[in-house]
Amino acid sequence: MKQSNETKAKEMHDVEILIGQILRIGVIISALVILFGLILLMITQTSGYPGNVFPDKPSVILQGVIALKPFAVMMFGIFLLILTPVLRVVVSIYAFAKEADYLYVVITTIVLIILAISMVVGYFGR
Amino acid sequence: MLNDVLLLAATGFIAGVLGAILGIGGGMIVTPVLTLAMGVNIKYAIGASIIAVIATSSGATIAYLKDEMLNLRVAMFLEIATSIGAIIGALLTGVAPTSFLFVLFGALLVFSSWNMIRKLRGKSDSVVNMQDDDLSKRLKLDGVYYDKAVDKEVPYHVKNVPGGFSMMFGAGFASGLLGIGSGAFKVIAMDTIMGMPLKPSSATSNLMMGVTAAASATVYFFNGSIKPEIAAPLALGILVGATLGSRLMQHLRARVIRMIFIPIILYMGVQMVLQGFGVKIG
Repeated sequence: MKQSNETKAKEMHDVEILIGQILRIGVIISALVILFGLILLMITQTSGYPGNVFPDKPSVILQGVIALKPFAVMMFGIFLLILTPVLRVVVSIYAFAKEADYLYVVITTIVLIILAISMVVGYFGR
Repeated sequence: MLNDVLLLAATGFIAGVLGAILGIGGGMIVTPVLTLAMGVNIKYAIGASIIAVIATSSGATIAYLKDEMLNLRVAMFLEIATSIGAIIGALLTGVAPTSFLFVLFGALLVFSSWNMIRKLRGKSDSVVNMQDDDLSKRLKLDGVYYDKAVDKEVPYHVKNVPGGFSMMFGAGFASGLLGIGSGAFKVIAMDTIMGMPLKPSSATSNLMMGVTAAASATVYFFNGSIKPEIAAPLALGILVGATLGSRLMQHLRARVIRMIFIPIILYMGVQMVLQGFGVKIG
């Protein structure tokens, strides 16, 4: 019994480290994209858009990212940053499932559902 | 333009360090700097400050996780209360009596700062709550963290779950309706009401702030409130500051953190009470 507890503790530790790394990579990627956009802005001295315009529609941002327009790249990075807490909730569900803690799988899933609903409502209700 | 970028990054850095240590998100530092010092339109300042909250949260929590400073169960359980509160608060905009609520929540902050001063004068930061609570046991909320300031593991119990849950609902409600940051209320709910030690309270608050802010950030992102040239350098500065701040926090004594926390919530509380009576400062 003690043996299996130890393996379980080690497994949990591994899961936590893995989650830590996933989140770290997520945050670093969004930071690098923002930084890349900022450097592009500094080098080209143009936002890629006329006057005070900046892109806020998904399609315009994506087209701008492909064309390497600085403002679009920055907005894309900021959007990735907004998604990092969502990523945190998702991987937490996975962690609790690994731990066979089904009460918290349910609780965390409820959090994710509330979050998803308010994001969708937020997008369409803007 | 380079000057603006550097100024924003530096502002973000300071807000990130402080926000990560205190668990309050950093919006209250960012907004006045943007509006008063840089003359940014309030719409874009609010958009930038919501990004600031997410950056503080993400920057801080990637540093915490390995050290088990934050309590993921407490965070997720209480997040239900906060996010539902925030939705109801947002729905009641224009219906609920805001000036009354500003006074109420402001008074709550003033009262909490008084409470914390008493805690500071006592010895409570070296004594951990060991009171058992049936509900927190069933929800497995008790935790343990490694305190680098005193170099030992600190196990703790969580009490008064319904009280904390209600406070979190109120915090979410206030932030959704009044547009105020709810970090201070979150820390108070965990530290004062639920008897969690200050450091895990702050770390857990930071995690929750990001999750709550992600929903409203989506709204601001797609309605054009987020200006990339403001939000981008600010976010980068905050990410660096928050990562550093959360490492620093682990080595600070709870007393020190409390001494920084008290004047800030006192200021916020007074400001909110005054706003409730129609006086706007800062």
